[in-house]
Amino acid sequence: MSIMDYNGGSVIAMVGKDCVAIASDLRLGNQALGVSSNFQKIFPITDRIFLGLPGLATDVITLKERFRFRVNMYTIKEEREIEPETFAHLVSSTLYEHRFGPYFCEPVMAGISKTPSGGTKPFIAATDLIGCLNFAKDFVVAGTASEKLYGVAEGLWEPDLEPEDLFETISQTIMNAVDRDAYSGWGCIVHVITKDKVITRTLKGRMD
Amino acid sequence: MASVFSPPGFDFSNQLRNNFIAEKGLPLPKATSTGTTIVGCLFEDGIVLGADTRATEGPIVADKNCEKIHYITENIRCCGAGTAADTEFTTALISSNMEMHSLSTGRKPRVVTAMTMLKQMLFRYQGGVGAALVLGGVDATGPHLFTIHPHGSTDKLPYVTMGSGSLAAMAVFESGWKANMSRDAALQLVKDAISAGIFNDLGSGSNVDACIITASHTEMLRNVEMPNVRVQKERQYGFRRGTTAWKSEEIRNLIVSEEVTMLGGGDEMDTT
Repeated sequence: MSIMDYNGGSVIAMVGKDCVAIASDLRLGNQALGVSSNFQKIFPITDRIFLGLPGLATDVITLKERFRFRVNMYTIKEEREIEPETFAHLVSSTLYEHRFGPYFCEPVMAGISKTPSGGTKPFIAATDLIGCLNFAKDFVVAGTASEKLYGVAEGLWEPDLEPEDLFETISQTIMNAVDRDAYSGWGCIVHVITKDKVITRTLKGRMD
Repeated sequence: MASVFSPPGFDFSNQLRNNFIAEKGLPLPKATSTGTTIVGCLFEDGIVLGADTRATEGPIVADKNCEKIHYITENIRCCGAGTAADTEFTTALISSNMEMHSLSTGRKPRVVTAMTMLKQMLFRYQGGVGAALVLGGVDATGPHLFTIHPHGSTDKLPYVTMGSGSLAAMAVFESGWKANMSRDAALQLVKDAISAGIFNDLGSGSNVDACIITASHTEMLRNVEMPNVRVQKERQYGFRRGTTAWKSEEIRNLIVSEEVTMLGGGDEMDTT
């Protein structure tokens, strides 16, 4: 038993064709006892960036507020919205600052970034609890069901999925992984981010 | 109220809480580590560095194609093994300091300078910053190759290996390394040494990265060898749209659309 498993919860992000998706479960537990079935672990950072924070619930809330503060300061100083790549490094250095007394969270980020030529590019990243960045081209996972998520995602993910197909793939991935994890589940939420809209859906899943 | 400006350096504010949790018998979670095979070797006109591309979290492969050869300066590169975040941030910090140093001295940076900065930083943290490094480069005094251990000790050798695959890689170097090798022979030896790590050490895997540094220029060879490419999936595993049942939906439109409605009931201006 690790402190990372105390409250349970999992997050996954996937890349599609000109879109990204990020999904999480909705459980908050006190070890094996379920406490809430509506505990949000994914937070909007800008219109086009979402941050998933699985881990110890107290740190989920602390970090959410810390990032809100630092992104607001960035927006005021720079007079522009933060780009996903920049935000990933902000997350990374915030966590590494606490190298010798870490927050027990493994952030997962998903967003759409702007290219210099005026186009858009899907972006996903994850870090470990001390801020080691992992930029993946396919998918990133974190949380108590991470091992299961790796397995299912490795089998189901395929390149260049359209937003609606990506929704099906990420939903099936998280639901099937989470059903094999005692500490995750109690409902799921999925956000699909495209260049002109964000689709948020809550899934009908097992509640045991 | 918390200050807007945070002081530089590490923040220890969670230590009391985390120590309390550790005392309760809950072990601290493990960070991503680069189980790693990293090597370096000297050849007739410079240095060849090599690394595998696997990052692990315990028994799980966290990243199948990460970069372990870090930029220090144009003529100096550093391979990192150990705690992934530590190798990443330590090399980034020293790279920044080296740039400032060469700007203030107006000289091309030297490998010993980078080596000294790295060892002094690692020694200061008494092994807490878990970075095991292979540092190589060519400067005004010639080619140099060092290993730096997490506690701050250093070696200067003609061929070196580090990480969990160091034994496999060193076996290749011990049998194949010769003084004054050609560029191609040295690159092949480094590829063989990393491949030995990839195939014989569980902590190392995926692809081979290499970097050739000579007095005139540096060549970064990302994924020079890819012996573990995933084969094309034989079937499509996509789901039919509508497979997943959902309870509620919210669509947030990011495009601001505007519709102008004329008021005043068609009382147009007389343009006759």
